Amino acid sequence: MRAAVLLSVEVTLARLAGRISRLTGAGGGTTLPGKLLARINPDALGSLAERLPLGSAVISATNGKTTTAAMAAEILGRRLRLVHNRAGANLVSGVASALLGRRNADLGLFEVDEAAFPEIARRIRPRAVCLANLFRDQLDRYGELELIAERWRATLAALDPAAYTVLNADDPLVANLGRGRQRVVRFGLDDPGAARERLPHAADSKYCVDCGTPYAYEAAYMGHLGDFRCPACGNARPPLDIAARSISLLDLEGSRFELTTPDGSRTVELALPGLYNVYNALAAATLARVLGATLDEIVAGLGRFRAAFGRFERIQVGDRTVLMLLVKNPAGANEAVRTLVDGGPPSLAILALNDEIADGRDVSWIWDVDFEPLAECLDELVVTGSRADELALRFKYAGLDETRMEIVPDLGRALDRGLELTPPGGELPLLPTYTAMLALHRIAADRGLVRPYWESAA
Amino acid sequence: MKVVVGHLYPDYLNIYADRGNMAVLARRAAWRNIEFDYRVVGFGDSLRPGEHDLLYIGGGQDREQALVAPDLAGRRAELEEAIEGGAAALAVCGGYQLLGQFYRDRSGAELPGAGIFDHYTVAGERRMIGDVLLECELGPDARGTIAGFENHAGRTTLGSNAVPFGRVVAGFGNDGESGFEGCRRGRALGTYLHGPLLPRNPWLADWLLSQSMARRLGEPPPLAPLRDEIESRAHEVASGRAFSRGGRAN
Repeated sequence: MRAAVLLSVEVTLARLAGRISRLTGAGGGTTLPGKLLARINPDALGSLAERLPLGSAVISATNGKTTTAAMAAEILGRRLRLVHNRAGANLVSGVASALLGRRNADLGLFEVDEAAFPEIARRIRPRAVCLANLFRDQLDRYGELELIAERWRATLAALDPAAYTVLNADDPLVANLGRGRQRVVRFGLDDPGAARERLPHAADSKYCVDCGTPYAYEAAYMGHLGDFRCPACGNARPPLDIAARSISLLDLEGSRFELTTPDGSRTVELALPGLYNVYNALAAATLARVLGATLDEIVAGLGRFRAAFGRFERIQVGDRTVLMLLVKNPAGANEAVRTLVDGGPPSLAILALNDEIADGRDVSWIWDVDFEPLAECLDELVVTGSRADELALRFKYAGLDETRMEIVPDLGRALDRGLELTPPGGELPLLPTYTAMLALHRIAADRGLVRPYWESAA
Repeated sequence: MKVVVGHLYPDYLNIYADRGNMAVLARRAAWRNIEFDYRVVGFGDSLRPGEHDLLYIGGGQDREQALVAPDLAGRRAELEEAIEGGAAALAVCGGYQLLGQFYRDRSGAELPGAGIFDHYTVAGERRMIGDVLLECELGPDARGTIAGFENHAGRTTLGSNAVPFGRVVAGFGNDGESGFEGCRRGRALGTYLHGPLLPRNPWLADWLLSQSMARRLGEPPPLAPLRDEIESRAHEVASGRAFSRGGRAN
């Protein structure tokens, strides 16, 4: 009894801190209440999660977790009251803040940082876990992929035996986590027509997890994701429970595919372009299904879904549109570039590179991105952010003439310059790293173009 | 003029944007009308004596390094012949470790090295991660600062006759204690610095190009200067990062 009273006092204090953070303009209060609560009572996260009658589901991946979680919320949100860290605050503090911010929810739906997944899963004991991909990302912060996979494996081993594990079968390292486990549901693409000719430059995990031989790909879809098989020992992509077939990518407007499930097949219309969003939709559909969603709910929810914050988000600025695509690692940036170029090669773009902890302090990853197709079609490029010069160098050595580049480190001024160069009615692609995206969003909010992220997150 | 480059195991060892180094060498050669003949050296491809003017080996994750190490260690004689024959070389991070005597991991298991550099590496408790600034002197006309990023668990100890690549101004370097970074053997350089190394350190890229040509010419030729304004600014920003938040030796 005393513990329960204490917890509610702590919860009240922490909620108050979030309100103060918003009122004083310090931020969105999406992490502060959780940080405070963790300081007062580290076990509070588990206690709060325990109160959810339908438990929690957790999504982790290098790329796509914000979009996947938002898609799952769209599918499930009409029937269930969800608590969801929609603003992308995905460390322990963000999940705790989300739990503090919503009373009387039925189900917790949380995207979690790859490195934070073990601790969050241990504390909130999810009834379903969705692990969607592992790409090289911020090696200065996360360490090597194998190490993350090993920590994930240990985390899965400690889950409640009744918990579901949703895995991307196309990612060798992730698929391998399902071996020997019960209640595993696997998703993947099944459309050789959507495959790439070859693996991209910076493909990871392309050597057999068992014997080290390079995988042969029946179809390579994105990074090292695909229908893989080891020619030496036979380790191969496991059979798919949920698949996407007959995929049509409709330029920058969206995509369409056949969602194949044990309950039948249905056509899904997505308002988001790019193969990576087909993967996100599959992950969300599979997770929603193990959480009880019907096929009708899944198809309708995915059809209703619009871009998550900063991820292929369109912002209207007078008679011009800014198209914001978050980029944060080679695999994600490659998909953003390819989707843009395939959707009608842009002649103008803004790229923004910051090097805060959340962006990765090591900026070498920009050299692993295949920026060359973009460099080829651009007439003008505005580079910005605290490491704008490094981006300029990247494009200089990709073959873009220096006279076609403007280096404008200040984000607001770069945005103005980009808009100035955009013809009326035109669309301006803007590719920022994480903290640059947040800062640009704040600039757009200050100008009244978008709502602050903590409001759209409510 | 021509430079023949042999890039060892690019499919396996490419973790910290090694291809940025290659792009810089290729462009800076092309801007001076120097033919840049790029060749991949994979598993089992033999290095023919006298074939290459420049050898390059990058870094990989632990698993990729373990896959490559036995093949690389088996090349000791041909690598030795190439270096003695005047080829220049650049080895970055994992490649730098694997060109030493051995790499011992946390469990005590050892990966064999190719023994080109007189050093050995033992994995430490904590990774050394952060921006680095070095002072290097590679010759009377080749001295300057080098700005990069390091991320390694290995502590590298130089042999008694080994020459470091540079002196640490800010950051960890080989072991976080000695104040030394990398290793140099004539025209062959090994370093932990990526970022990648060459884009924001163009004087080093030019030194490598010139040294590569020296194998055929006998002397390193002077190279026409290039406009390096963006390079200089990127160097300046990265140097500042090393001072403000580079690793500190304890």
